Amino acid sequence: MTDYPKITPLGDRSILIDFGDKINDETLDKVLFYKQKLENEKFKQRVEVINTYNSLLISYMFTIEDVYSEFLRLKDLLTEANIPKKTNYRIFHIPVCYDEEFGLDLEHISRQKNLSINRIIELHTVPIYQVYFIGFLPGFLYLGGLDSRLQISRKETPRRSVEKGSVGIGENQTGIYPKNSPGGWQILGRSPLQLFDKNEDPPCPFSAGDKIKFEAVSREDYDRIEQDVNEGNYQLKFEDHHG
Amino acid sequence: MAEIEVLQPGLFSSIQDLGRFGYQKFGVPHSGVMDRYSMRICNMILGNPQETAVMEITMQGPELKFSASAYICICGADISPKVNSEEIPQDEIIEIKAGDILKFGGLRNGFRAYLGIRGGFTTKEVLGSKSWYEGITDEFRLKKGMLLEYDNRDFKDPDTFSALKTELDYLDSREIEVYPGPEFEKLSPNQKEEFFNTDYTLDQSSNRMAVQFNQELPNDLEPIITAPVVPGTVQLTPSGKLIALMRDCQTTGGYPRILQLSEKGIETIAQKRPGENIRFQKKEYPQL
Repeated sequence: MTDYPKITPLGDRSILIDFGDKINDETLDKVLFYKQKLENEKFKQRVEVINTYNSLLISYMFTIEDVYSEFLRLKDLLTEANIPKKTNYRIFHIPVCYDEEFGLDLEHISRQKNLSINRIIELHTVPIYQVYFIGFLPGFLYLGGLDSRLQISRKETPRRSVEKGSVGIGENQTGIYPKNSPGGWQILGRSPLQLFDKNEDPPCPFSAGDKIKFEAVSREDYDRIEQDVNEGNYQLKFEDHHG
Repeated sequence: MAEIEVLQPGLFSSIQDLGRFGYQKFGVPHSGVMDRYSMRICNMILGNPQETAVMEITMQGPELKFSASAYICICGADISPKVNSEEIPQDEIIEIKAGDILKFGGLRNGFRAYLGIRGGFTTKEVLGSKSWYEGITDEFRLKKGMLLEYDNRDFKDPDTFSALKTELDYLDSREIEVYPGPEFEKLSPNQKEEFFNTDYTLDQSSNRMAVQFNQELPNDLEPIITAPVVPGTVQLTPSGKLIALMRDCQTTGGYPRILQLSEKGIETIAQKRPGENIRFQKKEYPQL
């Protein structure tokens, strides 16, 4: 057996906890279980905890004074024998318009993968995607669960600017651009939702551990939802799932 | 309300504090001053709480007009500060009167200076911090004509920390302290040796997000599963580029994290100009 979780310092102000190199729900359950545990812990100074697929990072506001005792304490904390499987979660519905106006690469994907556009939309809207974490850009969701039939390589030349809300695929990942930015993903459609709003707290409605589902909407619905979002009248749809 | 009017913006200046805390989980960068040491000294001299926001000034200073009296202090890089054309010393309290103009001249040492005000800047807080960052705050750099509010109430004699001992060698030091990073052991012994024996030149593209270098480290390291990164993480790209992430860096990354600058390492490199040479100096974590 390996000695995971592995605890190491990352500079003078962070501690990294590595859970091995697997991306799966079991690792995520473990990571999120300990994340919660650490968030409920008392620390001598302000800390924040983030997770990725297989790591936790504890960031301290200031230099960690006594790394040794901090390590001992964390070692103690990270020894749970039975990690419960997470059975309570929310599934958010994210409206996406797959109209050709927004789905800039639908034709390309259709030719490459030999799938009709309707089939692409179906394959993209059926799965329930796991939100592993948020990173890269404010409000960018790392999602798991893309149908392997939709896996496609990134564009050879990235676009200089991809519109905010664009939904794309890059290799085995799918996601939504939270703001206008350069990008190389193949674009299928666009969501009228605001994934990150600096004037709200929390600024992003999703958290690691949530799940999402894409919901195909018409061009007219897109405009209507966008208007509601802009006027602050849009209620994000979600279902609570209890295991 | 007391205000500073920006007459000339200089090269790149912004308001910064210790950074945004608690929002990394939404992908929001830390931000905050590049050189925490200078900021701490500055606020200590002024008698401010240590997290009080300051102005970070890069290489070429702005021209600022004060609408009301103030006690200020300038720390970090020496950019020949002047009040109404008269040179003023660094690292001590300077009294400013309404209408005074603060200017800067040539860069004498370091790269980033810090302007603190007793009472602090009272500019807008977004997500728990006054640190400017493009996309999060309305402004991300000083612009001509901008007005910056500060608190100048409660002006009794400030306690001066004239006895405060500052260690400013790091402004000129070329030695950058680094710890081994999570993927350090993936480097071959030769690559490690080459890394520590190479003079690295700061690239022109260096900014608050990352410091890059002109020299490359050839390697065939595989990308990693997207993992956490923090300011000071040194990433190695497949083409051999070294990227030392700085305060405005993203929260996660997929390049091998071969090294990690210490806080002192970050503060030291933050005071180096593009074109300057540095060496990485290995530091070990305490035995755990």
